[in-house]
Amino acid sequence: MSTIVNEVRKGFYLDSVALMRLSAEIAAMGGIEEAVLMIGTPSNLQIMQDAGVLNATGENASPNDLVIALRADGKGSANRALAHANKSLEGGALTSAKSEAKARTLRGGLSLHPDANLALISTPGSYAAREARNALNAGLNVMIFSDNVSLKDETSLKKQARASDLIVMGPDCGTAYLNGTPLAFANSLSHLSAPATTAAIAASGTGLQEFAVLLGRLGGNLKHGIGVGGRDLSDAVGAISTLQAIDLLAKDDSVEQIVLISKPPGADTAAQVFEKLGSCGKKVIACVFGYSETDVPEGIQYAANLRHAAELASNSSLPEHDIQSLATTMASSVGQGRNKICGLYSGGTLCTETQLALQNAGLATASNAPAGTSDIADNAAGKHCILDLGADEYTVGRPHPMMEPVVRVDALNNALNDQTVAVILLDIVLGYGAHENPSQAIVETLVQHRAANNSTSADTPAVIASVCGTDSDPQGLQSQRNALTDAGVTICSSNSGAAELAAAIIQHAA
Amino acid sequence: MTARDLLDTGPKVIGVGLQGFVDDLQSQGFSASALDWRPPASKNIQALAAAEQLSNGSIAELVNNANAQAMERMHSADPVLTDVQLAADCIEELGDHIILHAGPPIEWQDMCGPMQGAIAGAIVLEGWAKNLDAAFKLAASDKITFEPNHHHDAVGPMTGIVTQSMPLMVVENKTFGNKSYCAINEGLGKVMRFGGNDESVLERLRWLESTLGPLMADTLLACDGIGLKNIISRGLSMGDEMHQRNVACTSLLLREIAPTMARVGDPDTVSEALAFIAGNDQFFLNVAMAMGKAIMDPVRDIGGASVVTAMCRNGTEFGIRVSGCGDQWFTAPVEMPRGLYFPGFTENDANPDMGDSTIVETIGLGGFAMAASPAVAGFVGAGGAADAVTYTNQMAEITCARNPEWTIPALDFAGVPSGIDICKVINSGITPTINTGIAHKEPGIGQVGAGVVNAPLGCFEQACIALSERLAAS
Repeated sequence: MSTIVNEVRKGFYLDSVALMRLSAEIAAMGGIEEAVLMIGTPSNLQIMQDAGVLNATGENASPNDLVIALRADGKGSANRALAHANKSLEGGALTSAKSEAKARTLRGGLSLHPDANLALISTPGSYAAREARNALNAGLNVMIFSDNVSLKDETSLKKQARASDLIVMGPDCGTAYLNGTPLAFANSLSHLSAPATTAAIAASGTGLQEFAVLLGRLGGNLKHGIGVGGRDLSDAVGAISTLQAIDLLAKDDSVEQIVLISKPPGADTAAQVFEKLGSCGKKVIACVFGYSETDVPEGIQYAANLRHAAELASNSSLPEHDIQSLATTMASSVGQGRNKICGLYSGGTLCTETQLALQNAGLATASNAPAGTSDIADNAAGKHCILDLGADEYTVGRPHPMMEPVVRVDALNNALNDQTVAVILLDIVLGYGAHENPSQAIVETLVQHRAANNSTSADTPAVIASVCGTDSDPQGLQSQRNALTDAGVTICSSNSGAAELAAAIIQHAA
Repeated sequence: MTARDLLDTGPKVIGVGLQGFVDDLQSQGFSASALDWRPPASKNIQALAAAEQLSNGSIAELVNNANAQAMERMHSADPVLTDVQLAADCIEELGDHIILHAGPPIEWQDMCGPMQGAIAGAIVLEGWAKNLDAAFKLAASDKITFEPNHHHDAVGPMTGIVTQSMPLMVVENKTFGNKSYCAINEGLGKVMRFGGNDESVLERLRWLESTLGPLMADTLLACDGIGLKNIISRGLSMGDEMHQRNVACTSLLLREIAPTMARVGDPDTVSEALAFIAGNDQFFLNVAMAMGKAIMDPVRDIGGASVVTAMCRNGTEFGIRVSGCGDQWFTAPVEMPRGLYFPGFTENDANPDMGDSTIVETIGLGGFAMAASPAVAGFVGAGGAADAVTYTNQMAEITCARNPEWTIPALDFAGVPSGIDICKVINSGITPTINTGIAHKEPGIGQVGAGVVNAPLGCFEQACIALSERLAAS
C-alpha cells in the first residue's frame, strides 16, 4: 500500500531545472515510487495530480509555494526522502560542484571535499596550532607534522579533540599509517600481502618507519601506526592521544596486537598507559627506549629494540649477519689507533636506538641527543659519538638530512679523516617524504675519499649502514643497497643489528 | 568524522602546508587534496587574537548561535518593491539643507571630487543656491548637514546623494515590516551618481520627480508591489549578479510592471517611462540596493553576531557595520578598483571606490555571485568562467552559509555565499570581492570603467577587536 506525503513550503522559489534534478535524486532513493518537487502553479498541480502524488496538503499550494510530493512504500521511506529533500533545499546545492581551484582555508577545502576526515598540517610551527584548531572545529582529525607547537597548545588541542571523538597526532609527528595508508615520511607497505593485524603507537618518525619495515620483512603487516608526538607520554600532556589510540585500537577487530614504541613515559602517565594497555584485550608489546625487562608490567611483552619488537609481533626472527665472525674479519682490518664508533644519523629514534645498543654492549657514548647513559656531545672525548644530524641545531636554515642527504657529507668526511674512528654508522631512510636517492651523496663521498687517499682499507674506517626501506618504496630498496655495497659499505638488516656489529668490531679490535 | 571513522575507512586528507605530502598520497591513489595555504594576511596581532577568541570555545558557540539567527533573518526576508515616494515623505528627518550621501560619515572637506560635484548639483536642484559656484560655497559653509544614507534607511549608488525632493523607490521587507529607500537609477553617462551636475542632469532628475516617480508609484500600488526574491532567483540563472550586470532583472521587472503601467498611465507617458527603463540595463541596480538594505536592516543588532550588515564607501573611506556591534562604523581608506577602462580612459582617471552599492555584496550578490555571471567576470577584468567560479567559491570561505533560494546553475545550483563573517575574513585573510563601476575622478564625466575591488582588511580587524571587547564586557 503506497503512502502519499506532501509538504508545502510557503513563499519558496527555486529554479525549475534545480527542482527537476532534485526530484530525480529523491526518486532514486530506496522505497520511493515517485518524487516531484514543483512550484505550485495550477498547471504544475495538475501534473502532480496526474502523477498520483498529490494529496489535500499539496492541493492547497499557491503559485508562490514549493510543493514536495512523494509516493513511497511506507512512512519510513517517505520521511527519509522528505528529510533528504529538506536538507538539499537548505544547502542550496544538489551535488557539490567540483572545481580545480584550491581552497585557501580548511572550511573551503571541506566544501570542495566534504568526505575529508584528516587535516595533515605542515605549516611553519607558529601557525600550526591555529590551523589544527580550525580543523578540529570543522570536525576533522589532525596530524601535525610541524614542530615548535607549544606544550600548552598541544594539550588544549588534544583535550578539544578528545571531547569531540577526534584525535590529534603530533605535533612533530613525522610518520603515520592509517588503515595501511602511509602519511608524510613513511615507507610503502603496498607490496605486502600478509593480513595487517599489527598496530603501533609511536611518538613519531623513524622509530615507526623502522618497525613497519622490519615487520614487513618478517612476514607481518602494519594496519595502523598512530603517531602521537614526542611529548604525548609526558606528565604535562598526560598521554591524551596515546590513551585514545589504545581505546581505538582495542575496538578494531582486525588488530590482534598493539606495539608501543616510545621513550620512557612520565611516572604518572606510565601507570595509566600500561594499565590501559594491559586491559585492552590484545597482545601488547612495549618497545620503550631505556626500559629494561623489569620495567614493563606483567602481561606486556618487553622488546629491547625495534627489531625485537618486530620479531615478537611476527613470531619469527630476522636473518642477520653472523655478527661474531663478521666482526672478527672486519676488526682484523681496522688500523692501529682506531677504536671509536662515529654515528651519523638522519633519524632521531634510530640515533637513540644505536646509543642504547652500544651502551648495552658496555660502550660509553656521547650524543647531541643523549639517550640512556650518553654524555653530551661536548664531552665526546674518549667516547663513541652518535649524532642526530636531524636535530634542531643542525637544521636551522638547512634542510633535514632525510630530505637532503648532502648535509651529511661534511660530517662524513670529517669522520673518514679522523684517525681515531674505526667504524662509521649510518642510517639510510627511504620511503615517501625522503630524498629520491639518499645513498647517492654517501656513495660519492666514499668514492671520492678513497680516490683522494689512494688508500688501502686499513687506513679508513669501516662503514656500516642499515637501509630503512621496502621493496615498494619509490627509491627502490635493492638499488640503494647495491650502490652502498659497491662503495664498500656493509649493510645490516636492521639499525640495531648495525649497532651490534659496530660494537662487536670495537670489542674484537680491542 | 570521528577518529574511529578515520581508522576504519583510512585517511581522506586535506593537506595544509607542504604540497609534497599530498602529491605522494595522490600518486598512490589515496584521497588527498591540498589547500592553497597562506599565513594570515592581517599583521594586526590584536585582531588576530580577537578573531581566534571569537572562533573557539564557548564564545564561538555564542557567536555561531547569533550568526545562525542572523542567517535565519536574512533568508526569511521577503522584500517587495511597493512604492515610489518623495524623499521628504518617507525620510522624516529630511528638509532644507540636509543632504544624504553614500558611505560612512564624512565631512565636506574630506569628500572626493565627484561627491562634491553631485552635492553642488543637488543644492541647485533644491534651489538652495542659484548656481553651482554659490552651491560649492554653501556646501563648504557649516549651513549644510551631511549624513550617510545608511542612517536613514536609505542607500544610494556611487555618490548616493539624496535630498528632499528626489523620488525614492520603497522596498518593504514583508517579513519584518521595515522599509528601505533608494533613488531611481538615472541611466548612464553624465549623471549625478558620478558627480554630474549640469542642466541636463538636473533636468532628468526633475523628470524623475515629476513623471516617472508618480507613474511608478501608481503602477506599484495598482499591482500590490513586486516581489523581488523570485526576480533575483531568475536573474541569477539568466546571468545577472545584480551589481555590474542587471540586464536580466531589469527586463524581468519591466515584464512585471508593464501591463499594469499601461493600465494606470496615459499612453505617451507610459511609452516614455518604459523606454527609459528599457534603455538602461542597470535600472534594477537601485532596486537591488534598496532590497539589500531592507534584507540586512533586521539583522543589524543581534548580540554576538559577527555577520556584516552593511558595506559602503564614500569615495574616501570604506565602512562596514557588524550585527553584534549595532550601528557602529568600522572604516579604513578605500582601495582603487582593478579593472577595465572604456576607450580613452585609464586608471589615472579613476576615482577611488565609492557608493552604497556594496550592500549587494553584503547579501551575497555582486562579486559573491560572480559564478552566475561569467559575462561580468570578463567585463570587470576578473577572467573567464572558471575564474568566476573561483571568486564565488572563495567568498564561500568567508560566509556563514549559502542562500537556499538564490542558486547558481553553473555551480550545480549551489546557493550564493551568504552572510559575511568578520572572523572568517580575519582568519583566512580573504576580503570580500566587490564588482564595481569606476567613476571618473572629475565630477560629471561619469563611468569610465568597471572592475573588482576588495573591502580593506582594516575594517574587519577593527570590527573583530570591537566585537570581542563587547563580548568580554557582557
